[in-house]
Amino acid sequence: MLYALLCYNDEATVCARSKDEENAVMAKLGAVTEKLTKQGRLGPVARLVPTTAATTLRKDRDPPLVIDGPFAETKEQLLGFFVIDCQSLEHALETARELGAANPGGAYEIRPILQFWPGNAGA
Amino acid sequence: MSEGASDLIWIDAALTAARPQALAALLRYFRDLDMAEEAFQEACLRAIKTWPQKGPPRDPTAWLVLVGRNVAIDETRYRARQRPLPDGDALPDADDKEAELAERLDAQHYRDDLLRLLFICCHPDLPATQQIALALRIVSGLSVKQIARAFLVGESAMEQRITRAKSRIARADVAFETPGAVERAERLAAVAAMIYLVFNEGYSASHDGVAMRLPLCDEAIRLARLLLRLFPAEPEIMGLTALLMLQHARTSTRFDADGAVVLLEDQDRSRWNRSMITEGLALIDKAVRHRRRGPYQVQAAIAALHARAKTPAETDWAQIDLLYAALEELAPSPVVTLNRAVAVAKLHGPAAALAMIEPLAGPLNGYFHFFGLKGALLMRLGRNAEARTAFDRAIALANSAAEATHIRQHLDQLAKESAAAARESRGKEGSASGVG
Repeated sequence: MLYALLCYNDEATVCARSKDEENAVMAKLGAVTEKLTKQGRLGPVARLVPTTAATTLRKDRDPPLVIDGPFAETKEQLLGFFVIDCQSLEHALETARELGAANPGGAYEIRPILQFWPGNAGA
Repeated sequence: MSEGASDLIWIDAALTAARPQALAALLRYFRDLDMAEEAFQEACLRAIKTWPQKGPPRDPTAWLVLVGRNVAIDETRYRARQRPLPDGDALPDADDKEAELAERLDAQHYRDDLLRLLFICCHPDLPATQQIALALRIVSGLSVKQIARAFLVGESAMEQRITRAKSRIARADVAFETPGAVERAERLAAVAAMIYLVFNEGYSASHDGVAMRLPLCDEAIRLARLLLRLFPAEPEIMGLTALLMLQHARTSTRFDADGAVVLLEDQDRSRWNRSMITEGLALIDKAVRHRRRGPYQVQAAIAALHARAKTPAETDWAQIDLLYAALEELAPSPVVTLNRAVAVAKLHGPAAALAMIEPLAGPLNGYFHFFGLKGALLMRLGRNAEARTAFDRAIALANSAAEATHIRQHLDQLAKESAAAARESRGKEGSASGVG
């Protein structure tokens, strides 16, 4: 069975890390992911651009509402995610509207991806 | 690494991250910068003492505000009774009150607190150098020593500068009421300008100063991000943040190993910081959707075109020219026109660019880059004697040894050319059979 691990942390604290601290964390993570890759267990890994670059599409109304900033409600839960290749934020919103029309209710938080590793799980 | 050391690292990071908002909230209670700072310092000391044992609080900022406020209140009370303060462990536990407090410090409050704190630091009564120093000391929490080093001045001079700024602030009348929409917009613009100043202090450093001054760029980016988190729908703040990131992404390639200036077109683009470029481009993209153009967005869009070009030849100069034209309308300045002339030279040749900058000779007669560009354009037109005059003037105005060295390279080339020309003409005068 595939499991998703969703990473939460305080963005301001993580952004306040020095370059050395950052490199140290990445090196330690790298040792673990390397092992997982050898075992063929690592699926896609993504590091997101900070939430300042986030846009949220509320699709519980028609037409859907575009809000600057990350998803901020607490009454809804994270149920899944898509990774989609888009030319621009406008393009991403267009795609999100299309998906939202197929599955209304709730919201999509749209976040550009900083780094992406496709992984090899199940290969 | 020992557990104690790793504790200190995360606590330090958490305190750094919480500082601006916690200090801003404390300032609302005390209405006095020094008192707010002392209360925050005291709260940090308690955090270092209690967090390793009890674990981090759910909301570090709220914890620091509550403890800072209580400590200050207790201190006043104990001082009145002339009794010593109890040890940190004897203080009542903050955790039970934390939730209640966090409730009251809702997002709206935080936003106005922080904007006020930032605004106080860039109060119009303060000269720019004091604004920057105060913001770095108060908001960013850099030590006087760190700031002095970044400004390349002595510690006591910097201490004085900050003290003077603080006493001016104390005399100035800063409103503590929640600002109205117009005042908030004005404050936001002043704060954005101050953050840009902090960045430029770091960015305009010469090679010798770069290592010491680069933290200023990082700090400016941190402040811009902070502002953007508070005002997520302001396209100009997105533009500012993007602009800083796109410029900072090129930092490591701007000087060579000997400290000489490396021009944009000669920089090793593979060494540009891709993460910063990705984030900057994403922010521009987000800002554009608002269709409310502003100077930071336009400058960021120009930087984005450079960042997107994989080689200098791929640079979209026509688009850059249009963006500079837009910037000339939004924020007219001779420096903007001078920058536009670089794009015009690429598009229409040096003569067109020279015609464009000639009217700037008056306002920019003390500006290094004006004479640098003028000399380069004249050189390309073969007007070497005039080029030499312009380059000489540029060297006299250079802000750093690296800038002067860069211009001297042009002068050397001119000297070589004229020597070659002289040889050639001598050759012609001599034997007709001479082979060049």
